[in-house]
Amino acid sequence: MSDQLQQLGNPSSLHTHGRATRKTLEDAREAIAKKIDCLASEVIFTASGTEANNIALKGLFWNGKKTGKNVVVISSIEHHAILDPAHWIHTHEGAEVVQVPVTSDGVIDLDFLRTLVSDRGSEIAVISIMHSNNETGVLQPIQEIVAIAGDIPVHTDAVQSFTKTPLSYKKLGVTALTLSAHKIGGPLGIGALILRRAFEIPALLHGGGQEREIRSGTLNAPSIVAFATAVADSYDSKRVSDLRDSFIAGVKRLIPDAYINGEKSERLPGIVNVTFPGTQSDTLLLLLDGAHVSASTGSACSAGVHEASHVLLAMGHSEETAQSSLRFSFGATSTQSDVDFVLSVLPDVIIRGRAANK
Amino acid sequence: MKLIAAMSGGVDSAVAAARAVEAGHEVIGVHLALAANPQKYRSGARGCCTIEDSHDARRAADVIGIPFYIWDMAEEFHDGVVEDFLAEYAAGRTPNPCLRCNEKIKFAAVLDRARAMGFDGVVTGHYARTEIGEKGKTLHRAVDHSKDQSYVLSVLTIEQIQGAIFPLGDTTKVDIRIEAEKRGLAVAQKPDSHDICFVPSGDNAGWLRDRLGSEVGPIVDQDGKKIGEHKGAYTYTIGQRKGLGLTVPTSDGSPRFVLKIEPVTNTVVVGAREDLAITTMRGERPVWCGPAVTDQVEQGFVQIRAHGAALPCTYYFDGTLLVATLEEPLLGLATGQAMVIYDGDRVVGSATISETE
Repeated sequence: MSDQLQQLGNPSSLHTHGRATRKTLEDAREAIAKKIDCLASEVIFTASGTEANNIALKGLFWNGKKTGKNVVVISSIEHHAILDPAHWIHTHEGAEVVQVPVTSDGVIDLDFLRTLVSDRGSEIAVISIMHSNNETGVLQPIQEIVAIAGDIPVHTDAVQSFTKTPLSYKKLGVTALTLSAHKIGGPLGIGALILRRAFEIPALLHGGGQEREIRSGTLNAPSIVAFATAVADSYDSKRVSDLRDSFIAGVKRLIPDAYINGEKSERLPGIVNVTFPGTQSDTLLLLLDGAHVSASTGSACSAGVHEASHVLLAMGHSEETAQSSLRFSFGATSTQSDVDFVLSVLPDVIIRGRAANK
Repeated sequence: MKLIAAMSGGVDSAVAAARAVEAGHEVIGVHLALAANPQKYRSGARGCCTIEDSHDARRAADVIGIPFYIWDMAEEFHDGVVEDFLAEYAAGRTPNPCLRCNEKIKFAAVLDRARAMGFDGVVTGHYARTEIGEKGKTLHRAVDHSKDQSYVLSVLTIEQIQGAIFPLGDTTKVDIRIEAEKRGLAVAQKPDSHDICFVPSGDNAGWLRDRLGSEVGPIVDQDGKKIGEHKGAYTYTIGQRKGLGLTVPTSDGSPRFVLKIEPVTNTVVVGAREDLAITTMRGERPVWCGPAVTDQVEQGFVQIRAHGAALPCTYYFDGTLLVATLEEPLLGLATGQAMVIYDGDRVVGSATISETE
């Protein structure tokens, strides 16, 4: 990335400097395409996963709207980067948004989707279901969703899954798929939309048409190159899931009434979502942070106030138990001694957390 | 000590947190989200707990170099402060919500939570001092009398004062702003908050009318004779002269003042200026900030408004009510306000005024 930062050329310029930048940028595009199993021409670089989600959801909706399709189907556990654009499409474009519910194990209800498609398939402009959930790590049956969808375009937000679990754009059969660099150890502020070759959707940003006329703006070559570098990093999913399992075993031993959300489902190796009854997760976060352990609560509202996770609520949690839940993440650089350390501070944190919640 | 610094996003609490760090304490910054639906921006000096304020607080914590979290106290604030404010007005009294907030939120909900989590106390940017002497840890006025906030802290019990740290009490506000500037805190010139934080429009009467309704009722003289109509008794305050809209003049042409508000009959009683005069006040639910007041009559001062004068008085506790008798009569005193007793600059205790004569 630092080499790239020294390069002067705009990749869209025709002179020598520009061509040099273009060469490394296209190398990066091919490396990313290879990893996600798509054509290089199917990679559209964006400034974030959020932007890619917006292009996909709004673009696919507008396409459908031309032929009178006014229904947008998402799941009840989507990231805000899908929930919020869906809400926008509803309020500004008059779309009907249908949320597919999930089971208590955190997997979307395929029967619900099947019935919805068979009853109202001709009205549906787009189906967008995430590949794996960012709070629980639970994997979603995208191939089955594509089979149910038939001709309806399917988008999947695969930000959380990329490089952590086998992921092939081709095999999934989706129309569009979202990636983000920072979730795989790359830089912040660079993402990509994988969109089927020669598939046209309206643009959100206009002015230069750099990326297939679907995304305009000077390409962020240094970040794109760094994105490709991160893709090449190895991720030993077996090692990470072993660490996770050792953590889960420790939690159950030390805090017998704690439970793992989505435990029965197939999950990403590095994410565990735990409910500690009788606590407030923002208190636990503060106490863990003080012990140099970074855990996370679902999401915060614009004022920074911790809110009950919509994902856990959708899985049947009460406000209270949803507010008692924390997400722990393990990465390629985590070690068993990290796990042991967290487990060594956890009991005291839970005792204090319970006392503060009285 | 391990301390929680309550950071509003203003200059005072930012400097207070910085001073606590410098004094060698382990400090964590906490912004209290008190509004259920916060506004995006502050408008001038009004309101607080906007999203902008929480950003200012976070930025100050980052500059000081301490961890920062947001605690959601909106429910506690609504139940303990906003509802209390409405109920007091509905009962014809004039409450002070800042006092209630200190009593029920900052030095109760926050301090309790902090202690349960293993912290020793709460740091705030209030202008007040504490001293440790033969009476234990006691609460005192700030050096800067024009900014002194000991009045709104007079509801703290000895136990709460034990856990309260006020690093700004020895400095003037002017110097705090200069210090904030030197520390690189961007909030150095941020305007002070005034008014009631949960009434962002500043229109208290309108805010109350929206929530309590505006039932028209009679304005009567001291003989009970109706001489006008009001638009909701709680929008009046004792001693108010303007805005009564009375057309029947007094026999001698002298102005009339609000003497009494009777919520049960929705009546506002008006009368002559001299009828406002009171010399004795009694207060319920007393709180002692140091050694308890007894039935022994003592000499001291009483203050009845946040930035009012300290009035010479004698005081004692009759077993139920705190009683203060003034040397000079006072014009216009609303029940519901706090009477705060001082021994010099030491806060003796306080009570909520329930009777005057």
